[in-house]
Parts: sequence; structure tokens; C-alpha cells
Amino acid sequence: MNPEVAATVDLDVHSIRADFPILNVQPYGQHLAYFDNAATTQKPQVVIDTLTQFYEQFNSNVHRGVHYLSQHATEAYEKSREIVRQFLNARSTAEIVFVRGTTEALNLLATTFGKLLQPGDEILISMMEHHSNLVPWQILAKEKELKLKYIPITETGELDLDAFERLLSDRTRVVSVVHASNSLGTVNPIEKIIELAHQNDIPVIIDGAQAVAHISVDVQSLDADFYVFSGHKIYGPTGIGVLYGKERWLDRLPPYQAGGDMIKRVTLEETTYNVLPYKFEAGTPNIAGAVGLGVALEYVQNIGLSKIARYETQLLEYATRAVEEIPGLRIIGTADQKIGVLSFVMDYTHPHDVGTILDQAGVAIRAGHHCTQPVMDFFGVEGTARASFAVYNTPEEIDQMVKALWQVYQLFGQ
Amino acid sequence: MEPIRDLYQQVLLEHYKHPHNYGNLEHPTHQADGDNPLCGDHIHLELQVENNTIVDVKFSGMGCAISKASASIMTQAIKGKSIEEVKQLADLFYQIVKGETDVPEAPSSDLEELFIFSGVRDFPTRVKCATLAWHTLEDALKQS
Repeated sequence: MNPEVAATVDLDVHSIRADFPILNVQPYGQHLAYFDNAATTQKPQVVIDTLTQFYEQFNSNVHRGVHYLSQHATEAYEKSREIVRQFLNARSTAEIVFVRGTTEALNLLATTFGKLLQPGDEILISMMEHHSNLVPWQILAKEKELKLKYIPITETGELDLDAFERLLSDRTRVVSVVHASNSLGTVNPIEKIIELAHQNDIPVIIDGAQAVAHISVDVQSLDADFYVFSGHKIYGPTGIGVLYGKERWLDRLPPYQAGGDMIKRVTLEETTYNVLPYKFEAGTPNIAGAVGLGVALEYVQNIGLSKIARYETQLLEYATRAVEEIPGLRIIGTADQKIGVLSFVMDYTHPHDVGTILDQAGVAIRAGHHCTQPVMDFFGVEGTARASFAVYNTPEEIDQMVKALWQVYQLFGQ
Repeated sequence: MEPIRDLYQQVLLEHYKHPHNYGNLEHPTHQADGDNPLCGDHIHLELQVENNTIVDVKFSGMGCAISKASASIMTQAIKGKSIEEVKQLADLFYQIVKGETDVPEAPSSDLEELFIFSGVRDFPTRVKCATLAWHTLEDALKQS
């Protein structure tokens, strides 16, 4: 362990690493340095065991069986909802809707919000949104003749708040912005954004996909109207995510999908919808995934999110200093406030060639546009190479990456 | 040779840094665009075909070392060849990158550089980068 990183954080990385069996995989016989955590994080043994245990001991459908197994499955599923409520500090579990992931949550919101909007109404998002918080609004805007406006970004990859204030108008009906950017690492000042929007009575949706594993979120003190995230980016299973919405907003929005579980009473003429949050949970949900997510959130809380964040910041600073030594390497996204995302380009190489060379050295990074093509256009690059850090990464792994980056320089830059 | 050095051979790097036949033709008879959405590679290919023969070819676009070098080497290999010969070359190339054909001990000199892409077979995720130019060529030739 590199002493300058380890000394200041009380975090036992080696015991944490032992919780993640996949970290023992040795690509091409080398130590795996997994730096693709912004795409998906690895799962601790306790989450993997939970999924197995659910299917071995509890598997049953929820909310409808009178039998033993169904009762236990329902209890586990609802206990998980309570864990999520505490994690976000929501007022009530009625405000916690289980969905497939961030993408589904944002599509749900664009679709249902869309039913409340009139031609000429405006939606305000930012230029740094993931395609999942851009394309659904673009489709909606075309369909309903709405105006989609974008908060611009600065050279450092931060939102231009002055421009944001100017863009808010009496036709703005909703603001939807990302908490932390997946391609730049920027942490946006969402408190300020929510405050400014609320001064104009405009509800705010926060895409927390990248943020929740690194930043403590309190939806009540933020006063966020909606906050959405995916389980798999916070050490949980894929296929499960969360839509938090203030009760009064969830009441106002029409249902998204229709079917079983979202109804109270159905006749041939009409249907009465179920109470929150079930109104938005049509069909059999990802029960095992929800239970696994609850366990993942407990895992994170046991370590301590602020401790995780401090450690990852140190990894980011260590990596930033090391890669800045490499000639022709430019970091994309240099905001003051960042999560552990290091996005960069090398003048003489395409990001995919960087990715392939790092892969051969056992280092897993992401290369490409990261589903944020407007961000790439803004910085005038085709794509970037991106290393993103998690609690189980070590300074030695960063050394492993930096060594391979020097190899890229030797091959292409000289 | 370690796989990385086998993939990024000196010849490939030279073609990437200094691509041949890069630019545009005055009067192309055929052209096509190719995209590799996974990587963001983009290639624009222009051909001048006379009497069933490719008399000139140029390409432009952005991409990784493999796609750009592949395009550069392809333009060299197809210039002066008949469309029939070019189609056979494309098939040969697909076999090379998938590892379905052995590298001959002494390939004829105008084909020699195609075989440097045999290293791609160890990198399945990069096969599409190598074949982008050739697929774009086939698209261009489909135009009558």
C-alpha cells in the first residue's frame, strides 16, 4: 500500500478486497486492476450470497400469495425498500419505487411527466447528461412540441450556473440534471440548482446513477423532487434501481406501465390504481435484485460512505498527478468537485487503442463516448479513455495502469 | 512476440501515423461511409472505377490505429485491381482477422501488409475496427 494514500484514511482495503471474489480473476495471468466502476461495480460476496439464498430459500412472488414463502419474499422485498428509504432519508417508503435501473426511471419520468405538458412548454436539462437523461426528453419534445433546452458547460466541465438562471423561464416545467457526470466526474451543485428551480416552482429530477456510491444523499435536505439511481453501480445486482419521488408528485403523475400489482380494483369498465409506490410497479418486480440491493446498501453503509469518498478522492488525486507526467495526455473534466473518474485523451492515440493496451496489462478501463456524445463534441474529441475508481482499488493498481500508459506513449507517442 | 507488439506492429503504426491515400478524389464514381458505433470510428471512402477496375481510391475519417491502418493498407492493396479480385481480397482479409487462414510463409509482396492484421484474431473486440474499411468498400461497390 502506498503510504501517502493509506496513512490518512482509516480504511482496510485488503479486507474489503477479500469481500469481492471477482478480484481474484487474473486476465492474461496478471493482477486485475478493475477501473470500469462507473460502468458497473463488482459485487461483494454478501450480495452474491443473498441472491443465491433468495432463490434457494425464499423464492416466491410478492404481495399476492397467502403462503409461507410468499410472505417471506414479500417481507424481504419490503425490508429492502425500507433500507433504501433510510439510505436516501426519504420521508416514507411510499416514495421509493423499484425500477429496472436509472434508464427506466428516467423514461418513466419523461413519459408520465409528458402527459402533464402542453405544446410550447420547456424542459431544461444539461449538456453533460448521459444519453438516458437526454434521449427520452428529446423524443418527448418532438412528440408534444415542447422545447428542450440545455444548460451549457464550461471548459473545466462544470455547469454554467449563470446560464442556468437565464434559461429558467415561465414556461419551464421540469429541470432534470445529473448529480455526478459519468464521463467528466464533475459533481454538480444540485442544492443550488434545486433552490433556483424551486424559486420558480419548477420540479427537479436528479440522475444519481454515478453519485450514490460516492456521495451521501439526503433527499429531504436537498429538497429533490425526484432522485433516481441504479443498484449495479453501488455494488448491487443489475436489473434493479430506484426512483425516489416526493409523494405529492408521484400522486400527480399517471401510471407508467399497467398490469398486475399496480391496480386496486379492475372491472371491465375501469381500473382503480393501487396506492404508492405500487402504482408504479406493474408486473412481477426483480424481487431477488431488490433484496440484493438492500444488502449492497447496508454493505456500503457499514464501511461508511464518507470514508469511501475520502479514499476514492485520494486515489483520484494520486492517479491525476501520475498521468499528468505523460507527454501528450490531456485530462477531460477538471472540475474542482469530482468523483473518482479520470477521463483523458492522448494526442497520438485513439482511446480504443489505449483500452486494448491497458487490457493486456490487466487494467480494465472504458474507452469511447460513454453515452455522452454532446460532451465529446464540446471537447472536440471522438471519445476518451476513462478510469473510474471504487472502494476496492489500490494505489498499486494505479501504478499498474500508469506503467501501461507509458507503454502507450512508447508505442505511439515517440 | 507478446500479443500487444504483434497487434501494433511497426508497419501498422506507420500506416496509422502516415496513412496512404488519405483525402478525397476529384471525381469519385463510388463512395460510402462506414461507422463503428462501438468505437466511434468513422470512415469515408471514395473510389474511381473504370472498366471494372479500381483506378483510384482515397479515404478520410477518424478512428483508432487499427481501423485507420487497415483502411490505408486496403487502399494500397486494391488500387489497380478488378472488382472481382477486390472481392476475393475482402474475403481473404476477413479470414485473416478471424484467424481462419494461416499466414503464408512468403505472401506475395502486394498482399504482405494485409497479413499484419493476423494479430487481431487475439483481440475479438477489435475485429470490427480492422474490417470497417473493407465493409465500407463492399458498400461502395454495391452502388451501380
